Amino acid sequence: MTIAAQDKPTALQEQSTPQSGAIIENPPSLVRRLGLNRPWIVILAAAYLVVVVLVAIFAPFLQPYEHTAQDLFEMRNPPIFMGGDWRYILGSDDLGRDVLSRVIYGTRISVMIALVGTVIGAVLGSALGIIAAHFRGWVDEIVMMFVDAQSAMPFIIFALAVLVFFGGEFWVLVIVVGVDGWQYYARLARGMVFSSGRATYVEAVRSLGVPMWRVYLRHVLPNILPALMVQFTINLPGTIMLETTLSFLGLGVQPPMTSLGQMLGLGRNYLLQAPWIAITPGLIIFLITLSISVLGDWLRDHLDPSLR
Amino acid sequence: MVGYVTLKIIRAIATLWLVVTFVFVILRLSGDPAIVLLPMDLPTSIADVYRMRWGTDLPLWEQYVRYMSSLLQGDFGVSFFDHRPAIDLVIERLPKTLQLGLVAYGGATVLALTLGVIAALYRDTLIDRLVMILAVFGYSMPNFFLGLLLIIFFSLQLRWLPPSGSGTLAHMVMPAVALGLAVSAQIARFTRSSILEVLGQSYIRTARAKGASWWRRIRWHALPNAAIPLVTVLGFNFGLMIAGTIVIETVFAWPGMGHLFYQAVGVSDFAVVQTVLLLIAASVILVNLFVDLLYAALDPRVRLRGGDV
Repeated sequence: MTIAAQDKPTALQEQSTPQSGAIIENPPSLVRRLGLNRPWIVILAAAYLVVVVLVAIFAPFLQPYEHTAQDLFEMRNPPIFMGGDWRYILGSDDLGRDVLSRVIYGTRISVMIALVGTVIGAVLGSALGIIAAHFRGWVDEIVMMFVDAQSAMPFIIFALAVLVFFGGEFWVLVIVVGVDGWQYYARLARGMVFSSGRATYVEAVRSLGVPMWRVYLRHVLPNILPALMVQFTINLPGTIMLETTLSFLGLGVQPPMTSLGQMLGLGRNYLLQAPWIAITPGLIIFLITLSISVLGDWLRDHLDPSLR
Repeated sequence: MVGYVTLKIIRAIATLWLVVTFVFVILRLSGDPAIVLLPMDLPTSIADVYRMRWGTDLPLWEQYVRYMSSLLQGDFGVSFFDHRPAIDLVIERLPKTLQLGLVAYGGATVLALTLGVIAALYRDTLIDRLVMILAVFGYSMPNFFLGLLLIIFFSLQLRWLPPSGSGTLAHMVMPAVALGLAVSAQIARFTRSSILEVLGQSYIRTARAKGASWWRRIRWHALPNAAIPLVTVLGFNFGLMIAGTIVIETVFAWPGMGHLFYQAVGVSDFAVVQTVLLLIAASVILVNLFVDLLYAALDPRVRLRGGDV
């Protein structure tokens, strides 16, 4: 483990050598320089995210109403802080559906898609990166060609193409959102495996006759995990943004299922009469991405020794 | 240098080819257009005629060759809705998108570079903090949500600006801001850190030691070196911005390519959808290529080392 600890900074330094795309992917932390790394803002961000995750998990028990339940006599009731009553705390929408219930359910769907999607991307990308680094040669060339192609294009273009032609099936959406960002993990894992291939601890374990897959799984992966975790938090806001954007455009989550972005897309038609339908989910999305950014920067400062 | 340029051009073409192939695969995987587009109760014989006309009865490789050759000839298919060549429809809308995109991008870049440089030079002061707090907010704000907030505030409450459409300068203010904010936040963040990194280099200390003035150190030593990585970020953000027009034009009903895309999706006009996607992809690839070449022109290290960047 001591040897491994010595190897790690080298690996990370290699990562930070200028590559045409690498610069964008790791913008240096500014939260710390900002003074925003004070515990209270990090704690606030973390607390908000915990609440969001809890809401996502326990959504069915928290909803005061069914998120699809319509009541045409209760259309566009204002939220309590705008003169509404306690039956509809955050107001009701154009079909008399409770905005609070819909926001709770929408949070569940958006968080689920973002998390499952990001995990898919992380696993896929890391696996491809490790494969590329292990086999080298033309396998590496092909993986890197796809990495380059994907880095060069805004991913939303691919996502739109797939969703337009396949339709907004739930699992299509999850996979599309998941594929976003795989190239960062691939590049990261590849670079780190390359450098760990020369590391003494790998050599030592290899000489004991341990098969290569076991070396990757038990020895290399734990060593590159912190860096992958940081990448995870960097990607997560983008993933949430992608899902909400697609749903906003009507290409993501389809009714009766709902997500925060989809609510925003529907609420857009009632900005004058009932702005809360759009503002409530929008604010929740914004606070989620903001909190992850704050927390991610803090995490990066603490997990990534090369930036200290 | 020649090797570097050739390599970059080959890569650009390879990327374009990958994207085009990707669209073809998606198109073919998504199902038989004769089933998707024609009425359900159509006799099979008539459906077969349509298959022959569209070429979907041919073996896959032949379809692919046909597809590629028609794209090369500038034939992007005919709009099912409008019955005109899709490329004509898109090109009609292109000036509006370029107008909005360039204003937003230009404004965002100028603003972000200025604020980023100021923030870096006055590091850890109040102004630095303000700029960076603004950047974090801008970065986390979904552009469509910002667009809606702007409409609520400036169109519905204050009634200063028109909520949708185009024509006057007033129409452009909100879409440009909504489109540009996230991009400028990213550029400002990066400018600041790029300059701070350069300021920590030994050649800045050397310049100071030999008596170069503060202005001289910033103007001739720091800024040119900080500009090099910035070029990549600027190029990448241009791509993001082009993609962002799809969302922003929809929010503000700006009659450009992005809004056309949104409408085409609504009526399953695949030819138009495909044309817009390919055009955006091509322009992004072109900008990336330009950035790579600019990179070589700016940075002698890249030029001399050859292709491997």
